[in-house]
Amino acid sequence: MSTKRTVGMYASFDRSGTTTRASHYCAGCGHGILHKLVTEALVELGLQDRTIIVNPIGCAVFGYYYWDVGNIGAAHGRAPAVATALNRTLPGAVVIAYQGDGDLAAIGLNCALQAANRGERMVTFMVNNCTYGMTGGQMSPTSLIGQRTTTSPLGRAAATEGYPLHVSELIDRLRAPVYIARCSVADTPRILQTRKIVRQALEIQRDGKGYAFVEVLSPCPTVAGTDPLQAARFVATEMEQEFPLGIFRDVSGAAVPSTPAPAMSLTELFAGCHERDLPAPRPDPSVTEHRLIFAGSGGQGILSLGLCVVNAGAMAHRFTTWYPTYGPEQRGGAVSCSLVIGGQPVGAPTVEHPDVLVCMTAPMLKQFLPLVKPGGMVFCDSLIVESDTPLRHDVRIIAVPATELAAAAGFARGANGAILAAMFYTNATGLPEQVFADARDLSFRRKPDLIELNRKVFASGLAWCRENLKG
Amino acid sequence: MVRLTKGNEAVVVGALYAGCDAFFGYPITPASEIAHAAAEWFPAVGRVFVQAECETASINMVYGAGAAGKLSMTATSGPGMSLMQEGLSYMAAAGIPGVVVNIQRAGPGLGNVYPEQADYNQAVKGGGHGSYHALVLAPASVQEMCDFTLRAFQLAFQYRTPAIVLSDAVQGQMTEPLCLPAAELPPPAGVEAWAVQGTSATRGNLHTSIFLDVGVLEQINIDLQQKYAALQAEARAECYRTDDAEIVFLAYGTSSRIARTAVDQLRASGIRAGLFRPQTLFPFPRAELCQLADRKLIVVEMSCGQFRDDVIFQFAAGCGKAPDVRLVNRMGGVVLPLEQVLQEARKLA
Repeated sequence: MSTKRTVGMYASFDRSGTTTRASHYCAGCGHGILHKLVTEALVELGLQDRTIIVNPIGCAVFGYYYWDVGNIGAAHGRAPAVATALNRTLPGAVVIAYQGDGDLAAIGLNCALQAANRGERMVTFMVNNCTYGMTGGQMSPTSLIGQRTTTSPLGRAAATEGYPLHVSELIDRLRAPVYIARCSVADTPRILQTRKIVRQALEIQRDGKGYAFVEVLSPCPTVAGTDPLQAARFVATEMEQEFPLGIFRDVSGAAVPSTPAPAMSLTELFAGCHERDLPAPRPDPSVTEHRLIFAGSGGQGILSLGLCVVNAGAMAHRFTTWYPTYGPEQRGGAVSCSLVIGGQPVGAPTVEHPDVLVCMTAPMLKQFLPLVKPGGMVFCDSLIVESDTPLRHDVRIIAVPATELAAAAGFARGANGAILAAMFYTNATGLPEQVFADARDLSFRRKPDLIELNRKVFASGLAWCRENLKG
Repeated sequence: MVRLTKGNEAVVVGALYAGCDAFFGYPITPASEIAHAAAEWFPAVGRVFVQAECETASINMVYGAGAAGKLSMTATSGPGMSLMQEGLSYMAAAGIPGVVVNIQRAGPGLGNVYPEQADYNQAVKGGGHGSYHALVLAPASVQEMCDFTLRAFQLAFQYRTPAIVLSDAVQGQMTEPLCLPAAELPPPAGVEAWAVQGTSATRGNLHTSIFLDVGVLEQINIDLQQKYAALQAEARAECYRTDDAEIVFLAYGTSSRIARTAVDQLRASGIRAGLFRPQTLFPFPRAELCQLADRKLIVVEMSCGQFRDDVIFQFAAGCGKAPDVRLVNRMGGVVLPLEQVLQEARKLA
């Protein structure tokens, strides 16, 4: 007896667990026909090696018994996400997401629409049989009005279950897809038409032209409880009446394959996207660890000031941590950050009791001042020290007329610079002068026109300190 | 090269130096900066960045790229992590490598965006269906955010398993000096043997996790458990000043940083304290832990005691019985105050 088999399918379906040439599909099922059309086209187009089929959940979960191509099984509804990754990471691959109506139109509708909308170079075959076949004949989004299923025993009612979902028409509302068609395997003329459509969709993949969607109306006699002929007749009449056949879109002729953009090396990337090299931290047990809090409101640059001091610490080989603290106080624009600068690897990155507090608003001063360690230092704008601020005599409070000094230097927004000068002048962090200057200039690297102004504010802050502070 | 780097960005640095081919992500606070940096850096160096439509799609994209033998990752936080559990189960079952970074926020539910460590059980015990685990690495600094992400890729491919970098909002948001890796890792060898790449060499390869034959599926489960037993060789812990310690804190991630400061302060006041910090949570460094069974033990964590429960389990499994383990913890996004940790230790001193 001569054995005739479809080229592109395995000679025997050993993956099913037995050496067999019988498929697991029921008699009269449409999957086998579509499997054959797809594999024939793949072989004719010379795509067998390049092809990866993402198999769905449902009856075609075992597609890999048959397809002699690369196979991946996806979770329910997720074939388009898996296929997206294949498309993006394997530029030469021909990627097929093979799904059913339950898999695609219910749990996987978002995935399917999004992949289509991104214009992934892949083809989705959606086998629409209006039911969940393998799972037990439940209602699917494409079930017809009045269709009796195991979950719509009285027949699908529009009032409670909505109307049959038209996936091809939905996809047709998107701009990215280049090819959208609905066809059928109900009888020979329709199968021949489907063969052409399948081939066309795969040619588009061969040429890397974009997303193609092919919906295939297919009989499920087992769930319908009919013989194969009746089931096919149901597809050709009632299903087709709801889901008309046709090519909804074919713009593949005008589609152009994308070309990759030029890329740089990692070294080039990181040399360019950061400001400068820092020295590695150096353990030094003689260095006192400083724990600081910077607090103010958004727009004052308080977080940047903290980063500037952390940069200064890093430039001086210190171990440093900067952590923007969160809390209900963040509402209303309040912001704060914790800094740790020391000679050993930093433990807790959060600071509850700072030895240095830098504060730029009155409410934050009231909140944080009681937390400062005895003997600690507090830097603030003199403007924010209000008559009801509960001052402490066991900490050193340095209230700099920072806003005033900044305005006088012609940079009203640069009050931070005067505070930084006071921190440096009082040696609050034990960091040398040069790193302070470098870190200050670095923090304005993206606004070079402000560097000079900021230096002026820093200088007048220093001058004020010399006049008004001791050491 | 040393750069002042945010923890979330360090993850992307580590991924790129690991040779990560693709990042698939969906934004969520406090992990979003990972996606931001990936969106900027991956395409710049010719790698793939896709903003997925949801976390379910993200993890299935990681599944797809991993099935193709490509290095890929995603990053998220609690709610997104919950959505990814199904995908992680599929990856574990099919032996597909990939990396997921969890910047833990406070839960349950929508919770808030502040730090917590309450996704411990989900990450360590296999948060999805079936008898599986993901490899879990627990960084505690910006440097480790980079280094452990890189390491996660190596181990994920070596063992063909999903790997989780279990971090938290403190580490994601904090900035520290980062020493960039010296060189990019070479691509993993031998992937053609199992990957599906759209080539003649890989045409016969298959990834699936459906096995209708109960005997076959049981064997797959047995093989998985053997893989996890072999993984034990990768368990790592850091012991800080434990040699002569009377009191030992047990903590990972951000809690371990707080405990480390507590150790130094207690030592300064004459109390011999130390810190045991697992760097891998699955596999758990059980042998190292069991050497501390005779100390006074305090678990420091930001959850209801999920890590403490595992510590007790690991002691019981490793030395036959569990010693007394105290718990000092906070929940809901409250970062453990140092003072609370110190007080607990002073009670035992």
